[in-house]
Amino acid sequence: MLRIRGLTKRYRTGDLALKGIDLDIPDGEVMALIGPSGAGKSTVIRCINRLVEPTAGTVRLNDTEITTLGNRELRRVRRRMGMIFQEYALVERLTVMENVLSGRLGYVGFWRSYMRKFPQTDIDDAFRLLARVGLDQMADKRADELSGGQRQRVGICRALIQDPDLLLVDEPTASLDPKTSRQIMRLIRELCSERKLSAIINIHDVLLAQMFAERVVGLRLGEIVYDGPPGGLTAEVLTKIYGEEDWSATIRKVDEDTDETAEPPDNVIALETRQPHRDRMAGLT
Amino acid sequence: MSVATIAPRHWTKPPLIKRAWLRWLLGGGVLVYLALAFGTTEVNWARVWEGLPRGARFFAAFFPPDFVSRWSEISDGILESLWMTVVATAIGIAISVPVGIGAAKNIAPAPVYYVCRGFLAVSRSFQEIILAIFFVKLFGFGPFAGVVTLAFATIGFYGKLLAEDIEDMDPSQAEAVRATGAGWLQWINYGVQPQVMPRMIGLGLYRFDINFRESAVVGIVGAGGIGATLDTAFDRYEFASAAAILLIIIGIVMLVEYSSGYVRRWVQ
Repeated sequence: MLRIRGLTKRYRTGDLALKGIDLDIPDGEVMALIGPSGAGKSTVIRCINRLVEPTAGTVRLNDTEITTLGNRELRRVRRRMGMIFQEYALVERLTVMENVLSGRLGYVGFWRSYMRKFPQTDIDDAFRLLARVGLDQMADKRADELSGGQRQRVGICRALIQDPDLLLVDEPTASLDPKTSRQIMRLIRELCSERKLSAIINIHDVLLAQMFAERVVGLRLGEIVYDGPPGGLTAEVLTKIYGEEDWSATIRKVDEDTDETAEPPDNVIALETRQPHRDRMAGLT
Repeated sequence: MSVATIAPRHWTKPPLIKRAWLRWLLGGGVLVYLALAFGTTEVNWARVWEGLPRGARFFAAFFPPDFVSRWSEISDGILESLWMTVVATAIGIAISVPVGIGAAKNIAPAPVYYVCRGFLAVSRSFQEIILAIFFVKLFGFGPFAGVVTLAFATIGFYGKLLAEDIEDMDPSQAEAVRATGAGWLQWINYGVQPQVMPRMIGLGLYRFDINFRESAVVGIVGAGGIGATLDTAFDRYEFASAAAILLIIIGIVMLVEYSSGYVRRWVQ
């Protein structure tokens, strides 16, 4: 359970990015955070793991108050929050395996990590996760040799090997094509339900948010202006979040999409079974 | 109004310096100074003309290069220079890594940053010869003064470039490592080091190359190495031996340069 109260962030430039956000995320809930650029979505999730220091307010993960932690305890609590980034943020010159194992840095000592001598259980976990996303053959490739979708899957493995309670996901699909975007979102969604993880997913794409989240929170200028089920995103609500625009296309597509979901998934599966087994694993299973 | 819109609109590239008077003043000032400077440079063409055959004779005395008669001095000098270069480069880089990290604005706290930047600025403000003269006065003649000189100069060079490379790194990769709960050293090792490593290996080899050349120069002021041998050869008018030394220096520099290029391609 993540409990945010009165979360406020004022940047040194004087911009008030968050104006006292209250938010509860129960265990196992996948929540999408939508809103225009500059609404404060990234700031919210970075204030949770304190990559950005909040100006005021409290953030509690289970029983730990995060905002007041010292360095050592902050590291401990960061282990419990896996983060997935826009543009993947893999360390490009490290191998896939090193990138995944870097998710264990909070658990092992410096010399162990420096010599790349991780405990065998970590290595087993890493291979299992890579196999789960269909990349176990790629373990020794350098991260910059992978395609966008593959990189994001490595990013997901890096977050999951932390054995987190919560996933913080920042624009996971911003640089992916539409099909890969769906595969990645589906993968995140499935992994969350497999592991009973809660997740906060910042996302630009309203349709994807509606397809893959149980709950949608709309942020505008640092304030929550919508909090409810994906189905509640009407034209008025979207106008409140993003401003005046003709939303009929977005909403109609939503309907089409929900119609589609009854049928096209078979289509997609049929398409993908023709591909090698591992690829199918990655996108769908 | 309507005439103005129909007539072709005039456009010229905006000048680099907006204020016209300043532009003319700077341009005119530079021209006047150059004219005066050239005017006061005295070239005695007669002496240049006399010097040419002397130069030719001097150059001819280099041939054939004599590797043999002073070989033991030459090989001692070369080995000493190589030893100085290796030790100075290793010490210099070892010290410049923490200093360079401290001098990177994006990862070091302000006080550390200013101390490290200050140290680098001091280290860079003196040319090797001046440092060598100073250290020879301090530690006496011999290669130790040379090693200290080259190591000190290496810190300024390598530390500054390391700091700048860290400042240019992709912050999101480092941020991602920090988000895993990594400690500071782990963060440097996983988030920062891989980003700067290839360039730093290349620069390390480049600095090795520079240090070898400088080791030949600092010897002239008494800081050991092949420079001392070269100086002695000139003093004794043994131009053939001097030529041999110069050829060996050229050979080693080319070898280092070629291999550093190869290694840099490989680490990229």
